[in-house]
Formats: sequence, C-alpha cells, structure tokens
Amino acid sequence: MTTTSDGAAAQKPAGSETSRRRVLRWLWWGLGFAVAGELAWIGLSFVRPRRAAGATGDGPIFVAGPVGDFAPGTVTAFPAGSFYLARLSGGEFLALDRTCTHLGCTVPWNAGTGRFDCPCHASSFDITGAVIGPPAPRPLDHYPVRIENGIVKVDLETKLRRTAFVPSQAVSS
Amino acid sequence: MAVVQPARKGAAAETDDARGAARRQWLGRVWRSIFPRPLVARTDRERAALTRFTFLLHLRPVLVPARTLPWTHTFGLGGSSLVLITLLAATGILNMLVYQPVPGVAYDSVVAIQDQVPFGALVRGVHWWAANLLVVVLLLHIVRVFATGGYHGARQFNWVIGCGLLAAVLANNFTGYLLPWDQLAYWAVTISTAMLAYVPLIGGMLQQVARGGPEIGTQTLVSFYTIHTTIVPVVLIVLMGFHFWRVRRAGGVVEPPAAPGDPEGDDAKRLFLPDLLLREVVQALVIVAVVVVLAALFGAPLDERANPGMSTNPAKAPWYFMGLQELLIHLHPVFAVMVFPLLAGLGFLLLPYVTSDDEPAGRWFLSPTGRRTATLAAAAALVATPILVIADDLLAGGPSGLIGGGVLPLALAAGAVWGTFVLARRRYGASVNEAVQAVVVLLAVGFAVLTLIGVWFRGEGMALVWPWLR
Repeated sequence: MTTTSDGAAAQKPAGSETSRRRVLRWLWWGLGFAVAGELAWIGLSFVRPRRAAGATGDGPIFVAGPVGDFAPGTVTAFPAGSFYLARLSGGEFLALDRTCTHLGCTVPWNAGTGRFDCPCHASSFDITGAVIGPPAPRPLDHYPVRIENGIVKVDLETKLRRTAFVPSQAVSS
Repeated sequence: MAVVQPARKGAAAETDDARGAARRQWLGRVWRSIFPRPLVARTDRERAALTRFTFLLHLRPVLVPARTLPWTHTFGLGGSSLVLITLLAATGILNMLVYQPVPGVAYDSVVAIQDQVPFGALVRGVHWWAANLLVVVLLLHIVRVFATGGYHGARQFNWVIGCGLLAAVLANNFTGYLLPWDQLAYWAVTISTAMLAYVPLIGGMLQQVARGGPEIGTQTLVSFYTIHTTIVPVVLIVLMGFHFWRVRRAGGVVEPPAAPGDPEGDDAKRLFLPDLLLREVVQALVIVAVVVVLAALFGAPLDERANPGMSTNPAKAPWYFMGLQELLIHLHPVFAVMVFPLLAGLGFLLLPYVTSDDEPAGRWFLSPTGRRTATLAAAAALVATPILVIADDLLAGGPSGLIGGGVLPLALAAGAVWGTFVLARRRYGASVNEAVQAVVVLLAVGFAVLTLIGVWFRGEGMALVWPWLR
C-alpha cells in the first residue's frame, strides 16, 4: 500500500494524489452530513406541532349572544370556546381565556368573591383578568371582542398576551 | 445401532423395541442440539463450562471477586432495575393489546383493562408499581454507585450512560402518566408541560412540541404513546446493553478494599454459578413477589375521566417532578425550570470528571471522614430546607422578581455549596472527593426534602398543610 502510493507520488506531479483523496474525503463527509441533516429534518417535521383545525367551538369567530343577555358586573362561561365573557361594571366587554397563566390550569369564576381563583396553585385574578394574587406572572390572556348589531362576537383565532389590564382592552357596547 | 440382537424374542416385539430406541435417539439428538451439555452441573469444572457456553450465562464472567458478593455491598440494585424493566415490558405488552391511544376512548379502554379483562387490574397494577419502584430503585442504585465511589477510572463514562438511562426511565414514567387519560393524568401533564413555557425564548415552542399543539389533545396522546411504547424502550435496550458491557469491561462492580488480615487475600474469587447467580435469582424472585403483592393489594390508581374544563385541586406533577414544582412555588420561573435544573443536571453528569481518580473506591462513603462530613451535610439539608420553605412562604408568599426569586437564591445555593466544600476541607480535613461527596449529599437531600414537601405537605391551592390533617 505505502509503496504504491509512494511510487505514484514519485511519478505524478506532487500532491495530485493527496488532493484527490482529500476531495473525495470531503465529499464523503459532506454527503454524510447531508444525509444526517435530511433524516433529522424528516424526524423533526414529524414532531413539529400542526395547527389543530377547528379546535374551538364554532370556528374562529364565536357568537356569544345579544348585548342585553349580559348584565354589567357579571362573568359568563363559554365552555365550547374555552373562554369567559366578562362585562365590567361600566358595561364594557372583555373576553378572557380560561387558562391560568401560571401552569395552565382552568380557572373557575367565583361569583361570590368576584374573582377567578385558580384551584391548582392559588393564583387569583379580578374580573378584568388582572393578577391580584401570585404566583401567576401575568394577567389572563384575552381575545378581541366585536359588537355588531348588538351581538357580541369573539375572535378566538387571536389570543392576546398582555402584561397589565388597560381600559382600551375592553370594548364598550 | 447396528447391534446384533439374539433372535430369541418375537419379531414384532423386536421391531417395537428398535422403533422406541430410534425415537429416543432422535429426541436425544434434538435435545443435544439445543443443550449440548448437561443442564445440571455437578462439579465446579462443569459449572464453569456451563457459564461459558450457555448464551444467557456467558454474558457474565465465570469468576467474580469474592469481596463483591455480600448483599450490603451493592444491595443488588442494578439487577433489580433489570428485573423491574422486564416486568414492565411483559405487562406493558399485555396492556397494549387492549389500550387505545385516542382521547375519546383511552379512558374507556383502561376501564376495560381494569374491569373486563381477566387479571387486567393485576397486570395494570404490576405495571404501575414496577414503574414507580423502578424510579426509586434507580435512584438508590445511583446513591450506591456514588457512595461506594463506583464512577472512577474505567467506570467514568458508564456514569454518564447511567444518567442517560435514568433520563429514559423518567421520560417513560412521565409519558406513561398521561395514557389513562384521567383527571390525575391530564392535569399533571398540563402542569409539567406548562413548566416548559418558562424557558426563555424557545419555551413556547418547546411546550408546543411536547404537547404536539397548543393544548393537550389527540396529538399529545398519540405522541406520548409512541414515545412510551417504542422510542424509549428501544433507547433503553441499547443503553442497557452498553451499560452492562461497560460494567463487564471494568471488571464487574467496584471492589471494596480487603479487610486487614483477610485470610483469602486480595484476589479471592468465587464461581458466578452458583455463588452470584443464586443470589441474583433470589433477589429477582423477591422483587417480583413484592411488586405482585403491592399490585394485588393496592392496584393502580384511576381517577375520573379527564375534564379539560375543571382542574383538580391541588394539581400536582408526578411525584418525581414535585421537587421541581416546589422550586417553582418559591423561585422565579426561569430559575426554577431552567437555571437550577440545568446547573444541577450538568454538575451531576460531570461528577466523574470533577473528582479525583486516585482515591481508593469501594468503601461506603469513602472513609470515616467522608462518612462524618456526609452525615453533617445531610443533617444540614434536612434542617435548612424546611426552614427556607416555611420562611419563604411566610415572608414572600410567592415568587418575586428576577433578583429576589432568582439571583438571590442562586447566590444562596452557591454559598451553601462553597461553604460545605470549604468547611469539609478545612474544618474536617476532608479530601477533594470527600468534600465533593458532602456537597452532593447536601444538594440531593435538599431536593429530596423539597419533593417530600411537595408530595405530602402541599394541600388545596398548594398551601402548606400537615398531611394527617388533610
């Protein structure tokens, strides 16, 4: 083996053999990495989350009902849409996601105390979804509300994160 | 064969005899093709040959060091893990014949295993108990390996493989937790996967990948089922083979030093068959008996059907993740789910490489000094952890900002680690390995206390309660 390569090196221009070998070696390595990359890509595309189609009730726009159905200062649960429709004392509407921002439990509305109390880790939120008791790090997420011809509609496609409650998040009738 | 028989009996009887002999001879040939040598070895020579030439036995050495044989040297924890994994595979396959990984019917199929399949509740119970005992036995195995210094020299990388095995077993326990699709499962997995969202930058993506979508649903169940029944078992089998091979290459389990005046000296050996094999079979039978009795007496829990609209109170992660959840109650989430676990995990993985190779291994807790410093560290963690938890509960009442809930506790933990190390070195004259051992004991006992607090002392709304008043 060594003698042939030595002989070849002696006959041919110096370095041609080694450079061919080097190219081939790089080619093999490159191909190997390409194959590994492709396989990894295929594997990863199988675990990449797909969009759950129609996961929420009636589709993206949820029709909650006529404005008059909701008294000021009350909270109505919509289990089909996984959200609460809160009507603040001033008459404004706010659609709140029911998922606790701490670790994802479902927060029930406690009409007696006027708070959302998370059963899992004792976070509490007021009627606007703002945190009044830790450990939740931020207010409940909310959805855009539209009022068309006196009907309250909620856009469940667009979940909005926020760091605090500001009055502009609520929609007046 | 070609024996000439005297023609004294009748011709018919003669052919019968010949036929019987031929049949016996043929059966003998088949038998010898399967078992070329006698199954019952009567002499040591035959036993050694049996060990060497039987497939299952040849995985073990013919001779083992006599000093590694006493039960209290290893407690047979590694072998017990293998027994439990075998039980899990057997019962898991039976469960797979009935179980359906689809949210609408998963719960019903588990109820069917429990109520309709004969011995179904027992099989599911064995699976549940073996899975939980496996985590306990593995943790004890790690304690044994660590405390007898069985992670130096040729064993260094096997410690890392062992960490991989622990991760795989935890992954399978966790994915299996979701499969019954009851309230317990649904909310424990909700909580655990929600912890991922606190990882900075990629947290949201990690959570979506873990759940297979924004919420726990069909996709989550199907991928958990696949991980549980295919991916992790394959990883486990490969890693176990690697782990055992490495043990064999290192010359078996770590040897304790010879007692002074030991008449047999350093190199006394015993035959694997029967001295070690008998002990292992006895231990395996005891383990199986314990699991079956536990399964028959207590069974596996099954809560009500999962209801995404109603969280349980309190909602707890599986018990082996409760220490993490307890951290989350006290610390800033980024520190609780990322900084602390990452630092601790990395330190744990690299233990063989931060300690010295030269110190004699094989003695429990290294030396009298090692034993004393380890005991003191354990006592310190046992006292300090509950005090810190209660103090944080009374003073802060929840996690505070990045400084109060992150940097400050990290500094406190770093101070405790450094203080323990320096104290062990200076005050007690411990070697580097003994001081590292004290630090690991401190952290491990601290985490164990956090887990116990999370499991038993947290009631409704995760408030601190006495378990007997719940």
